[in-house]
Amino acid sequence: MAFDYDKYLRPGKLPHIWCPGCGHGIVMKGMIRAIDTLGLKKENTAIVSGIGCASRLPGYMDCCTLHTAHGRAAAFATGVKMARPEMTVLLVGGDGDGTAIGGNHFIHACRRNIDMTYIIMNNNIYGMTGGQFSPCTPTGAKASTTPYGNPDPAFDVAKLAIGAGATFVARGTAYHANQIDKLITEAIQHKGFSVVEILDDCPTTYGRRNKFKSVIEMMNRLKDIAVPVKAAEKMTPEQLQGKVLTGILYKEDKPEYCEQYAKVIERAQGGAK
Amino acid sequence: MEKKLPTIEIIEKYCKGCHICVEFCPTKVLEMQGFVAAVKNLEACIKCMQCELRCPDFAIKVKP
Repeated sequence: MAFDYDKYLRPGKLPHIWCPGCGHGIVMKGMIRAIDTLGLKKENTAIVSGIGCASRLPGYMDCCTLHTAHGRAAAFATGVKMARPEMTVLLVGGDGDGTAIGGNHFIHACRRNIDMTYIIMNNNIYGMTGGQFSPCTPTGAKASTTPYGNPDPAFDVAKLAIGAGATFVARGTAYHANQIDKLITEAIQHKGFSVVEILDDCPTTYGRRNKFKSVIEMMNRLKDIAVPVKAAEKMTPEQLQGKVLTGILYKEDKPEYCEQYAKVIERAQGGAK
Repeated sequence: MEKKLPTIEIIEKYCKGCHICVEFCPTKVLEMQGFVAAVKNLEACIKCMQCELRCPDFAIKVKP
Protein backbone atom coordinates (compact mmCIF):
# COMPACT_ATOMS: atom_id res chain seq x y z
CA MET A 1 0.00 0.00 0.00
CA ALA A 2 1.23 3.45 -0.81
CA PHE A 3 2.38 5.46 2.17
CA ASP A 4 0.21 8.45 3.01
CA TYR A 5 2.64 11.28 3.72
CA ASP A 6 -0.09 13.91 3.61
CA LYS A 7 -1.32 13.26 7.14
CA TYR A 8 2.01 14.50 8.53
CA LEU A 9 2.32 17.50 6.22
CA ARG A 10 0.90 20.97 6.76
CA PRO A 11 -1.76 21.49 4.14
CA GLY A 12 -0.97 24.03 1.47
CA LYS A 13 2.76 24.20 2.17
CA LEU A 14 3.96 22.07 -0.74
CA PRO A 15 5.72 22.34 -3.16
CA HIS A 16 8.73 22.86 -0.89
CA ILE A 17 11.57 25.29 -1.56
CA TRP A 18 14.27 22.69 -2.15
CA CYS A 19 15.91 22.58 -5.59
CA PRO A 20 15.18 19.86 -8.16
CA GLY A 21 17.00 16.70 -7.09
CA CYS A 22 17.84 17.89 -3.57
CA GLY A 23 17.90 14.92 -1.21
CA HIS A 24 16.35 16.80 1.72
CA GLY A 25 12.89 15.76 0.52
CA ILE A 26 13.96 12.11 0.58
CA VAL A 27 15.24 12.50 4.15
CA MET A 28 12.00 14.22 5.16
CA LYS A 29 10.02 11.30 3.79
CA GLY A 30 12.22 8.90 5.77
CA MET A 31 11.60 10.95 8.88
CA ILE A 32 7.83 10.87 8.33
CA ARG A 33 7.93 7.08 7.89
CA ALA A 34 9.94 6.77 11.12
CA ILE A 35 7.42 8.94 13.01
CA ASP A 36 4.62 6.79 11.60
CA THR A 37 6.37 3.51 12.46
CA LEU A 38 6.75 4.58 16.07
CA GLY A 39 3.20 5.93 16.19
CA LEU A 40 4.35 9.26 17.61
CA LYS A 41 1.59 11.76 18.29
CA LYS A 42 1.87 15.08 16.48
CA GLU A 43 1.21 17.07 19.64
CA ASN A 44 3.93 15.13 21.45
CA THR A 45 6.63 15.49 18.82
CA ALA A 46 8.78 18.59 18.55
CA ILE A 47 10.88 19.25 15.49
CA VAL A 48 13.50 21.93 16.00
CA SER A 49 15.80 23.45 13.40
CA GLY A 50 18.23 26.30 12.90
CA ILE A 51 18.75 28.14 9.63
CA GLY A 52 19.53 26.69 6.22
CA CYS A 53 18.01 24.61 3.48
CA ALA A 54 17.56 21.54 5.68
CA SER A 55 16.25 23.73 8.48
CA ARG A 56 13.21 24.63 6.40
CA LEU A 57 11.93 21.11 7.04
CA PRO A 58 9.85 21.85 10.21
CA GLY A 59 7.80 24.36 8.22
CA TYR A 60 6.28 21.53 6.21
CA MET A 61 5.67 19.15 9.09
CA ASP A 62 2.37 19.14 10.95
CA CYS A 63 3.95 18.63 14.39
CA CYS A 64 5.11 20.97 17.13
CA THR A 65 7.84 22.85 15.28
CA LEU A 66 10.42 25.45 16.11
CA HIS A 67 12.55 27.35 13.58
CA THR A 68 15.31 29.06 15.52
CA ALA A 69 18.55 31.02 15.18
CA HIS A 70 21.40 29.77 13.00
CA GLY A 71 23.12 26.80 14.62
CA ARG A 72 21.11 27.10 17.83
CA ALA A 73 18.70 24.22 17.25
CA ALA A 74 20.37 22.13 19.97
CA ALA A 75 20.09 24.95 22.53
CA PHE A 76 16.39 25.55 21.87
CA ALA A 77 15.67 21.83 21.74
CA THR A 78 17.40 21.35 25.10
CA GLY A 79 14.98 23.90 26.52
CA VAL A 80 12.00 22.08 25.04
CA LYS A 81 13.17 18.72 26.35
CA MET A 82 13.95 20.03 29.84
CA ALA A 83 10.54 21.67 30.13
CA ARG A 84 8.63 18.73 28.65
CA PRO A 85 10.71 15.56 29.11
CA GLU A 86 7.84 13.38 27.84
CA MET A 87 8.08 14.92 24.36
CA THR A 88 10.00 13.33 21.51
CA VAL A 89 12.40 15.98 20.29
CA LEU A 90 13.89 15.80 16.82
CA LEU A 91 16.49 18.24 15.56
CA VAL A 92 17.14 18.79 11.91
CA GLY A 93 19.80 20.81 10.21
CA GLY A 94 22.51 20.88 7.65
CA ASP A 95 26.25 20.43 7.98
CA GLY A 96 26.99 24.16 8.12
CA ASP A 97 24.27 24.78 10.67
CA GLY A 98 25.25 21.80 12.80
CA THR A 99 29.03 21.64 12.68
CA ALA A 100 30.21 25.19 11.97
CA ILE A 101 27.88 27.85 13.31
CA GLY A 102 26.27 25.44 15.75
CA GLY A 103 29.41 23.38 16.32
CA ASN A 104 29.70 24.30 19.96
CA HIS A 105 26.03 23.62 20.68
CA PHE A 106 26.33 20.32 18.82
CA ILE A 107 29.29 18.96 20.77
CA HIS A 108 27.88 20.02 24.11
CA ALA A 109 24.49 18.51 23.37
CA CYS A 110 26.39 15.29 22.56
CA ARG A 111 28.33 15.53 25.81
CA ARG A 112 25.20 16.09 27.88
CA ASN A 113 23.52 13.02 26.44
CA ILE A 114 20.06 14.56 26.56
CA ASP A 115 17.39 12.35 24.98
CA MET A 116 17.02 13.90 21.52
CA THR A 117 17.67 12.86 17.93
CA TYR A 118 19.75 15.10 15.70
CA ILE A 119 19.38 14.48 11.98
CA ILE A 120 22.24 16.17 10.14
CA MET A 121 21.77 16.40 6.38
CA ASN A 122 25.33 16.64 5.17
CA ASN A 123 25.41 18.05 1.65
CA ASN A 124 29.03 19.22 1.92
CA ILE A 125 28.20 22.89 1.47
CA TYR A 126 26.22 25.93 2.65
CA GLY A 127 23.41 25.73 0.12
CA MET A 128 21.01 28.50 1.06
CA THR A 129 23.53 31.28 1.60
CA GLY A 130 25.19 30.85 -1.77
CA GLY A 131 27.50 27.85 -1.83
CA GLN A 132 30.20 28.82 0.67
CA PHE A 133 32.42 25.96 1.85
CA SER A 134 31.44 24.31 5.13
CA PRO A 135 33.48 22.18 7.55
CA CYS A 136 32.16 19.15 5.65
CA THR A 137 33.35 20.26 2.20
CA PRO A 138 35.92 17.68 1.08
CA THR A 139 39.53 18.76 0.54
CA GLY A 140 40.03 20.08 -2.98
CA ALA A 141 36.32 20.60 -3.67
CA LYS A 142 35.18 23.91 -5.11
CA ALA A 143 32.75 26.26 -3.45
CA SER A 144 31.88 29.89 -4.08
CA THR A 145 34.44 30.94 -1.46
CA THR A 146 37.05 28.36 -2.51
CA PRO A 147 37.10 28.71 -6.33
CA TYR A 148 40.57 27.10 -6.54
CA GLY A 149 39.74 24.16 -4.30
CA ASN A 150 39.19 23.83 -0.56
CA PRO A 151 42.49 23.43 1.34
CA ASP A 152 40.82 22.32 4.59
CA PRO A 153 40.27 18.71 5.61
CA ALA A 154 36.61 17.87 6.21
CA PHE A 155 34.92 16.97 9.48
CA ASP A 156 33.76 13.39 9.91
CA VAL A 157 30.44 14.23 11.61
CA ALA A 158 29.93 10.72 12.97
CA LYS A 159 33.41 10.56 14.55
CA LEU A 160 32.95 14.07 15.93
CA ALA A 161 29.68 13.01 17.56
CA ILE A 162 31.21 9.85 19.03
CA GLY A 163 34.19 11.83 20.33
CA ALA A 164 31.90 14.43 21.88
CA GLY A 165 29.95 11.75 23.75
CA ALA A 166 26.81 11.03 21.73
CA THR A 167 25.49 7.60 22.70
CA PHE A 168 23.94 6.63 19.35
CA VAL A 169 25.57 7.50 16.05
CA ALA A 170 24.40 6.31 12.64
CA ARG A 171 24.98 7.28 9.06
CA GLY A 172 22.89 6.85 5.95
CA THR A 173 22.65 8.40 2.52
CA ALA A 174 19.88 9.97 0.47
CA TYR A 175 20.42 7.22 -2.12
CA HIS A 176 19.63 4.49 0.42
CA ALA A 177 16.14 5.85 1.00
CA ASN A 178 14.83 2.64 2.55
CA GLN A 179 17.47 2.72 5.28
CA ILE A 180 16.81 6.31 6.41
CA ASP A 181 13.58 5.57 8.27
CA LYS A 182 15.09 2.51 9.96
CA LEU A 183 18.07 4.50 11.25
CA ILE A 184 15.86 7.36 12.45
CA THR A 185 13.46 4.89 14.12
CA GLU A 186 16.32 3.31 16.08
CA ALA A 187 17.74 6.72 16.92
CA ILE A 188 14.42 7.92 18.36
CA GLN A 189 14.04 4.70 20.36
CA HIS A 190 17.51 5.10 21.86
CA LYS A 191 17.50 6.87 25.22
CA GLY A 192 20.19 9.52 24.98
CA PHE A 193 21.57 11.89 22.39
CA SER A 194 21.37 10.27 18.97
CA VAL A 195 23.02 11.61 15.86
CA VAL A 196 21.97 10.44 12.40
CA GLU A 197 24.13 11.83 9.64
CA ILE A 198 22.54 11.55 6.21
CA LEU A 199 24.88 12.16 3.29
CA ASP A 200 22.98 14.27 0.85
CA ASP A 201 23.38 15.90 -2.52
CA CYS A 202 23.28 19.57 -3.40
CA PRO A 203 23.09 19.72 -7.18
CA THR A 204 22.70 23.51 -7.33
CA THR A 205 25.62 24.83 -5.34
CA TYR A 206 27.92 21.80 -4.92
CA GLY A 207 27.27 19.61 -7.95
CA ARG A 208 27.45 22.41 -10.48
CA ARG A 209 30.86 23.62 -9.26
CA ASN A 210 32.33 20.15 -8.87
CA LYS A 211 31.68 18.70 -12.30
CA PHE A 212 28.71 16.52 -11.47
CA LYS A 213 26.72 16.38 -14.68
CA SER A 214 23.39 15.54 -13.10
CA VAL A 215 21.47 14.71 -9.96
CA ILE A 216 21.68 11.04 -10.96
CA GLU A 217 25.49 11.21 -11.00
CA MET A 218 25.45 12.68 -7.49
CA MET A 219 23.06 9.98 -6.29
CA ASN A 220 25.22 7.27 -7.84
CA ARG A 221 28.28 8.73 -6.11
CA LEU A 222 26.49 8.28 -2.77
CA LYS A 223 25.76 4.70 -3.77
CA ASP A 224 29.41 4.07 -4.68
CA ILE A 225 31.05 5.56 -1.59
CA ALA A 226 28.69 3.98 0.96
CA VAL A 227 29.82 0.73 2.60
CA PRO A 228 27.66 -0.95 5.26
CA VAL A 229 29.44 -1.45 8.58
CA LYS A 230 29.21 -5.25 8.38
CA ALA A 231 30.64 -5.38 4.84
CA ALA A 232 33.48 -3.07 5.88
CA GLU A 233 34.67 -5.59 8.49
CA LYS A 234 35.77 -7.92 5.68
CA MET A 235 37.46 -5.21 3.64
CA THR A 236 41.11 -4.12 3.71
CA PRO A 237 42.13 -0.51 4.49
CA GLU A 238 43.05 -0.09 0.80
CA GLN A 239 39.58 -1.14 -0.29
CA LEU A 240 38.04 1.27 2.19
CA GLN A 241 39.98 4.23 0.81
CA GLY A 242 37.54 6.99 -0.12
CA LYS A 243 34.53 5.08 1.25
CA VAL A 244 32.25 6.01 4.11
CA LEU A 245 30.66 3.59 6.54
CA THR A 246 26.87 3.49 6.77
CA GLY A 247 24.55 1.94 9.30
CA ILE A 248 24.70 2.13 13.08
CA LEU A 249 28.26 3.12 13.90
CA TYR A 250 28.10 3.46 17.67
CA LYS A 251 25.72 2.70 20.48
CA GLU A 252 26.11 2.70 24.24
CA ASP A 253 24.00 3.27 27.33
CA LYS A 254 24.84 6.19 29.57
CA PRO A 255 22.83 8.15 32.16
CA GLU A 256 20.40 10.51 30.43
CA TYR A 257 20.51 14.23 31.23
CA CYS A 258 16.83 14.88 32.10
CA GLU A 259 16.85 12.02 34.63
CA GLN A 260 20.13 13.22 36.12
CA TYR A 261 18.75 16.73 36.41
CA ALA A 262 15.60 15.46 38.10
CA LYS A 263 17.87 13.88 40.74
CA VAL A 264 19.63 17.21 41.23
CA ILE A 265 16.26 18.89 41.84
CA GLU A 266 15.35 16.15 44.29
CA ARG A 267 18.62 16.60 46.19
CA ALA A 268 18.26 20.38 46.25
CA GLN A 269 14.77 20.05 47.70
CA GLY A 270 16.09 17.76 50.39
CA GLY A 271 14.38 14.64 49.05
CA ALA A 272 17.41 12.36 48.96
CA LYS A 273 19.09 11.81 52.31
CA MET B 1 -6.08 -13.70 -16.16
CA GLU B 2 -5.89 -10.00 -16.71
CA LYS B 3 -3.11 -8.23 -14.85
CA LYS B 4 -4.30 -5.56 -12.44
CA LEU B 5 -2.54 -2.35 -13.29
CA PRO B 6 -1.48 0.09 -10.57
CA THR B 7 -2.35 3.76 -10.71
CA ILE B 8 0.57 6.16 -10.74
CA GLU B 9 -0.50 9.66 -9.85
CA ILE B 10 1.97 12.43 -10.65
CA ILE B 11 1.18 15.79 -9.09
CA GLU B 12 2.51 18.13 -11.76
CA LYS B 13 2.37 21.13 -9.47
CA TYR B 14 4.91 19.49 -7.15
CA CYS B 15 7.20 17.90 -9.75
CA LYS B 16 10.41 19.84 -10.32
CA GLY B 17 11.75 17.61 -13.09
CA CYS B 18 14.81 16.20 -11.30
CA HIS B 19 14.74 12.94 -13.33
CA ILE B 20 15.23 10.76 -10.21
CA CYS B 21 12.04 8.72 -10.77
CA VAL B 22 12.75 8.26 -14.48
CA GLU B 23 16.33 7.07 -13.89
CA PHE B 24 15.69 4.81 -10.91
CA CYS B 25 12.62 3.05 -12.30
CA PRO B 26 13.91 -0.46 -13.05
CA THR B 27 11.41 -1.07 -15.84
CA LYS B 28 11.38 2.37 -17.47
CA VAL B 29 7.73 3.11 -16.81
CA LEU B 30 8.24 6.85 -16.52
CA GLU B 31 9.57 9.48 -18.88
CA MET B 32 10.01 13.22 -18.94
CA GLN B 33 7.39 15.18 -20.82
CA GLY B 34 8.73 18.69 -20.92
CA PHE B 35 9.70 19.65 -17.38
CA VAL B 36 7.60 17.08 -15.53
CA ALA B 37 7.59 13.31 -15.21
CA ALA B 38 4.84 11.33 -16.90
CA VAL B 39 3.77 7.71 -17.20
CA LYS B 40 4.91 6.19 -20.48
CA ASN B 41 4.43 2.46 -20.13
CA LEU B 42 2.14 1.48 -17.25
CA GLU B 43 2.02 -2.20 -18.29
CA ALA B 44 5.71 -2.56 -17.40
CA CYS B 45 5.18 -1.41 -13.80
CA ILE B 46 6.21 -4.03 -11.23
CA LYS B 47 4.94 -1.96 -8.25
CA CYS B 48 8.37 -1.73 -6.65
CA MET B 49 7.45 1.77 -5.40
CA GLN B 50 10.96 3.08 -6.04
CA CYS B 51 9.60 6.21 -7.73
CA GLU B 52 7.36 7.04 -4.79
CA LEU B 53 10.12 6.28 -2.29
CA ARG B 54 12.76 8.38 -4.02
CA CYS B 55 10.73 11.34 -5.25
CA PRO B 56 12.08 14.26 -3.18
CA ASP B 57 9.07 16.43 -4.00
CA PHE B 58 6.17 14.24 -2.75
CA ALA B 59 4.92 14.33 -6.36
CA ILE B 60 4.36 10.61 -7.03
CA LYS B 61 1.72 8.40 -5.48
CA VAL B 62 1.52 4.77 -6.53
CA LYS B 63 -1.58 2.76 -5.71
CA PRO B 64 -0.82 -0.90 -6.40
